[in-house]
Amino acid sequence: MTVLLETRGLSKSFGGLKAVSGVDFRVEKGEVRAVIGPNGAGKTTFVSLISGRIAPSAGTILFEGDDITALRAFRRVQKGIAYTFQITSIYQNLSVAENVALAAHQPGGRASLEPLERVGLAGRASQIAGTLAYGHQRLLEVAMGLALKPKLLILDEPTQGLSDAEIVDFIGLVRDLAKDGTVLLIEHNMPLVMELASRITVLDRGMILAEGTPEEVRANPSVQAAYLGTG
Amino acid sequence: MTARIVALHGAVIVALFLAQFVASDYAVLTITRIMVLAVYALGYNILFGYAGLLSLGHAMFFATGLYGAALGVTRLGMAAPEAFLFATFCGVIVSIVIGFVALRASGVAFMIVTLMFSQAAFLAVLYFGDITRGDEGIVIKDGQRMFPLFGVPMNLADPVLRYNIALAFLAVAIVLCLIAVRSKIGHVLVAIRENESRTAMLGYDVKRYKLIAFVLSGSFAAVSGAAYALLFAYAGSTLASIQYSIHPLLWTLLGGAATVLGPVLGTALMFLLVDFASGFTSASLLFVGVALILLVLFFPKGILGTLRQRYWRWLP
Repeated sequence: MTVLLETRGLSKSFGGLKAVSGVDFRVEKGEVRAVIGPNGAGKTTFVSLISGRIAPSAGTILFEGDDITALRAFRRVQKGIAYTFQITSIYQNLSVAENVALAAHQPGGRASLEPLERVGLAGRASQIAGTLAYGHQRLLEVAMGLALKPKLLILDEPTQGLSDAEIVDFIGLVRDLAKDGTVLLIEHNMPLVMELASRITVLDRGMILAEGTPEEVRANPSVQAAYLGTG
Repeated sequence: MTARIVALHGAVIVALFLAQFVASDYAVLTITRIMVLAVYALGYNILFGYAGLLSLGHAMFFATGLYGAALGVTRLGMAAPEAFLFATFCGVIVSIVIGFVALRASGVAFMIVTLMFSQAAFLAVLYFGDITRGDEGIVIKDGQRMFPLFGVPMNLADPVLRYNIALAFLAVAIVLCLIAVRSKIGHVLVAIRENESRTAMLGYDVKRYKLIAFVLSGSFAAVSGAAYALLFAYAGSTLASIQYSIHPLLWTLLGGAATVLGPVLGTALMFLLVDFASGFTSASLLFVGVALILLVLFFPKGILGTLRQRYWRWLP
């Protein structure tokens, strides 16, 4: 297996608060990696560092062996790291098709509707994105991630606000994505993570508390104490 | 769909060409002025309408063109075409430099930074009154407005020649605008206006696109300013004042931001309104104010913006 993404001693402090502290982390090509942790564990800060939306205080980030620590966010996207926002961030006033066309870097043109087909929105291509139901907006967000043809797709709490039925569909979608891509999944929903992830990294207070397969993580006593509850 | 767009914009240009044969001398002069200033508004709209960046300082680019041309002719001994190219070049350079600095800010801060630079430029025009002749302004003598073009003598004081030069500038500006907004750049600018952080996270170099819009917009303003000085033989500090930063904003809002023809229509209507009102009152700005209030209440997207929303979805 080849390492796609690696962080070494990655840290970020906001004033005196160490949101992420000395994280050594590796994602291998083709895996679905979940990052979990209690509220305030630093999950979103951690993926923001990887996607380049914020700059680290210390440490390095390697992508396909290249040091990308100093690259601006849009360059990292060009290298193949796609980030889907935790709070839905689509072009509300543009059509669904144009949203995907922008992601495919063919704005105004006839971009492939394949990403929309994969998430099941192909029938709504001409609709204005802002008029989609919330669950569909989340799917559009994922479709835009797909249209970038990323090597690494970061999904930041993708199921937040979705209904149980939508989550079931979503599990199928991520499984489908994992066949030909690498997914980094930030998620609160434990059953979902246990079902989808090939490996799980548990963050707590900005540090890695545990890492392993879902079974290993579930059995880890310190994870149970910190996150899953001991009851 | 594209045929309709070409037909509409072509028709506007042809109509303006034919207007000179029926219009009175006074109307010809007014339309000439409108067409020159519409180029300014077209450029302003690229930055404001499409990229969503509200500049309060475009008078500095207009003035760069204006004084570049006027000083080129009167001080540097250039012929009118040379002075025009010189002024345009200055406009491009000034917009690159100012854009580079001003685009570090966004939102209200961007408005303030552009306003500040523009006011500094305005005060500089007054401060260097020995060269620019400040309030009084530079008058270009008739002799300096004659030049040979491919052996044919040209005189910019001739109203017909002036009209057609202004029309040529406007036609080129409309075509360039159409090409720009229908190109990848235009679509990315709209994407930046709609959701900047998302656009960056789709791998677009947002800063570079904003700078492109800024420089295009500033260059159009400089071209308009240079044409204004050469065609109307005058460059004065009023034309560098904040009023001339606000004008293109109002024209664009009236005609419809982010529509190609909106700024042209807005410039024309605002001119006609002021012209009409000043026929019987000295408080013509009152009419402008009322028109703007009605606009905000009933046509918040401007005339063409509203028409596009309701009927003509294809309008670029």
